[in-house]
Parts: sequence; C-alpha cells; structure tokens
Amino acid sequence: MKAGSRLKQVLQKGHFAVTCEMGPPKSAQIQGMLAKARAVKGYVDAVNVTDCQSAVVRLSSLAGAVHLLREGLEPVLQVTCRDRNRIAIQSDLLGAYSLGIRNVLCLTGDHQRFGNHPTAKGVFDLDSVQLVNIVKGFSERRIFANGEPIKEGAPDYFIGAVENPFSGPLELRVLRLEKKIRAGAAFIQTQAVFDLERFKRFMSLVRDRGLDEKCFILAGVIPPKSERAAIFMRDKVPGISVPDDIVTRLRNAADPKQEGIRIAKELISAVQSIEGVSGVHIMAIGWEEVVPQLVSETGLYPRPA
Amino acid sequence: MIVAERKPLAEIVAALGKCRKVLVVSCSGCTAVCFTGGAKQAEVLASSIRMHYRVAGVPVNTGTVAVTRQCDREFLQPIEHRLTGVDAVVSLACGVGVQFLAEAFADLWVVPALNTRFAGGRVGTTLWEERCRMCGDCILHLTGGICPVTRCSKSLLNGPCGGAAGEHCEIDSSIPCAWIHIYERLKRAGRLELWQKLQQPKDWSRGNAGGLGRLAREDYSE
Repeated sequence: MKAGSRLKQVLQKGHFAVTCEMGPPKSAQIQGMLAKARAVKGYVDAVNVTDCQSAVVRLSSLAGAVHLLREGLEPVLQVTCRDRNRIAIQSDLLGAYSLGIRNVLCLTGDHQRFGNHPTAKGVFDLDSVQLVNIVKGFSERRIFANGEPIKEGAPDYFIGAVENPFSGPLELRVLRLEKKIRAGAAFIQTQAVFDLERFKRFMSLVRDRGLDEKCFILAGVIPPKSERAAIFMRDKVPGISVPDDIVTRLRNAADPKQEGIRIAKELISAVQSIEGVSGVHIMAIGWEEVVPQLVSETGLYPRPA
Repeated sequence: MIVAERKPLAEIVAALGKCRKVLVVSCSGCTAVCFTGGAKQAEVLASSIRMHYRVAGVPVNTGTVAVTRQCDREFLQPIEHRLTGVDAVVSLACGVGVQFLAEAFADLWVVPALNTRFAGGRVGTTLWEERCRMCGDCILHLTGGICPVTRCSKSLLNGPCGGAAGEHCEIDSSIPCAWIHIYERLKRAGRLELWQKLQQPKDWSRGNAGGLGRLAREDYSE
C-alpha cells in the first residue's frame, strides 16, 4: 500500500490548506486537463476531481484522479450518489484505493434534470451521509455496507463531505454538518462563499457546537470571471448566493477578470481570518490558470512540503 | 389513489392500428376519481376514436362498457359477452387494470388509454400530487408524516441536499423542499432528535427495486 493522504497531514499539522477543483473533459482527450494540472502543481495540497458535475457526462472522476496521480498531484476523488448504487460505489472505492487515491469527497450529486441527459434514471440508492458512513466503516470497522468483513486491504480514506451554508435555514445546515461529522466526515469543503456575513454566522454556530474541533472546514471560493458569470451563479446554480455588491463591482470594473481575481483574493483572506476555517477550496470552473496567482498573492505559497 | 392521465388520441389510434371494432372499457376505481377513466371519459374517448376514423374515411365500430374495478377479476368476467368480435379493447384503467384485463381474456388485444403516473391525491382543483413511492418500508413516523422518499427529488433520508433554494427544491421552484418541511414539523413537535438520527441505507428490495412485488396473507382465508 502507498502512503496516506498528504492533505490530511497538512491539515493535522495545522497548516491552512489549499485545494482546488478540476472538472474532467467531455471527451477521452485528457491533454487539456493535464496542462491545467501542471499549472497548479505545487500551489495546492490536493485537487478535487468532479464526478460528472451538473449531471453532464464527462470522463469519470476515478480516471481523472488517476491521471492527476501520474502527474504527481494528490487527487480528492469526488463520488456522488446520483449515478451509482452501493455496489458500484464500494467497488469503485476499492479500485481507487488500489490505484493510490487516498482522499474521497462524498456528495449527493446534482439532480439529473440539470444535466445533458435529463431523462436518465437517478440512482440515489444512498445519500451522502450514508456514503460517508460506509467509507468510514471501511477503515474503522473493516466492513462493507452490508456488514460483511473486508478480509484484507480495507481502504483507509481521508473522508470528506460538503456543506452549503447558504441554502435554507442556517441552523439546519449546521445540524446537517454535525450529522456528516458523526457519520465520519473528517474534512468539509463548503459551497462557494460570496456572502461573507452569512458564512460568519454559519461558522459562529459551527463553533458554538464545537464542530470545528471535530473536522477540518475548507471554505469554498469561486473567482468570478465576469458580471455574467456572477449572475449565472446567483440565478441558475442551486444553492449559491451572490450578494449585489459583488455583481455591481464586476459590472463597473474596467477589467472584470482582474476584479474577479481581486474579489477572490479578498474572500480567501477574509475566510482565512475566521476562526475554525482550516483551509480554502478554490473552484475556478475552467479558469484554473488563475489558481497559482490567487495562492501566491494571498501569502499561501509556498505550500508545506 | 392511483393517479393517471389520458394518452393523446393520436397515440391511442396509432396503437389501434387496423383494429376496426373497438370496445372502450372504463374503470370506476381510482382513474374515475381522478377524472380520466370513468364511464363519461369512456364515452368521450369512443366518440373521439369514431370521429378520427370518420375524418379518415374509415368505417369503425366503437362501444363502451363500464367495469367497477379492472384490477379485480370478479368484475371482469361479466363483460365477456361484450368481447365477441372485438378487435381490440381500449382500457381506461391504470396499468394494473390493463394487465388484469389482458390476463382475464387470453386472446384479447388490449390498448392502454392512460399513462399511470403515481400514487397520490388531489391538492388543487386541477392538480394531483404524488405522496407514496410504495417503498414497502414506511418511515413516516420518523419524518413527521412527510415522505422524503417521494417528496425529496433525490429520496434523501438524512436531510436536505445543498441545492435547496430558499425553501424550494432545486429542480423546481414550485416544489417545497421536503426536508425543510420535515425539519420544521419535527421542531414544532419538539422531536428534532429524530432528524439528527442517522438513517442507514434503505432496504429498497421491499419496493420496486426488488423485482415483482408479492404479498401472501397467511392470516387471511376466503
């Protein structure tokens, strides 16, 4: 077996962690993704590989994660419950671990209606909380979901989950976070923070319940590329809240891209100073070349060895 | 009840093909209650089929017959005398009724006139909504009488996904988020501990993932 999760080590040593996200291509052509991977190499501790995000068919997250491993990056394998049942998911997780993947992010998944195959049957055999609990069962109790023992080589993943502080009643999101932690989540990546005030209230409730002591919370940051991108996220992406002042800043900017970078840097610095936030998760959505700049200009470069 | 909707006429006549003697069979059960399969709807459909063929210049013979419940064998035998010489029957029952009709008469060609949509009820003058997915393992006592299997678009068992916008489902802003409603109801009842309990993966084998549903009642004899 190969070494354990480096992301876990970085967090456990108390460093402010940096992860970013990469969406695999809508083809079997991996060169573009590899170029992006090379660009962020050294600037992030791990790279999330999305699992058919927005329910659009793409190269599988497992294959994408293996490509990143070969490039010398540490992947976080995203696994959703939308397309696979408990048999397929557990099988993939055994396979991924055998290939050297050590981090997994458990998600429910965007509904198939949003994607490019809206007539598909959604699986949702499990939900994300149950999935976290199954992966925890692998390492803690060395069992499959059905209770059957894993006789040898039980995967020992660094288990992540997501939380969206911007959706529905705030106290409910905190209770759900608590549930995910009880199920076995060791790190949490949040939905993109634009609404800092709400995020601060969320983190305050999180601290009140001592949840920041029980898991590592990485705040999500999306560098907005333009006013249009910000409006799209606000109106079309479920669960993202973009305050008006951000939209206005992008509208009035002479160079919206530069303004987007400035906004992202401000957000990174702001979340860094919130107690209980252990890292930042940059979701550049196709604009990955901006990641090194965001990391170095917020004092987060070089990354710990 | 079972809620169904009428198929478009074009689809029904296409399925009838060259059949020229057609009997439309209504059902006085669920589909009559949701105004799609009753005796009145059978008359309307029979006339529509007749008119369709008349416009096309093709002679066709249609009739109607009412059945109390097509999903009950004892109500089907009495219509046998109406089937003589019939090329096809058009059933206004749900998928269960259509199949019971086909099973009762081995040589009868059966065409469904409805699409069976779900188990639900009427929530507005002209609106029906699903309430039960028939999972065979009811958990409504844990969720304040609101079914997450049916009413959450992802059938989640441990709370809402991150997509809920305000209090609405991410897939349709006219659908309330089941989990936010469950949360509020449990909170009002002072039973939030139910919300916090981790619900283990569900045994879907008792519902439609487990193959043909069958129920033997050994405690019951005729």
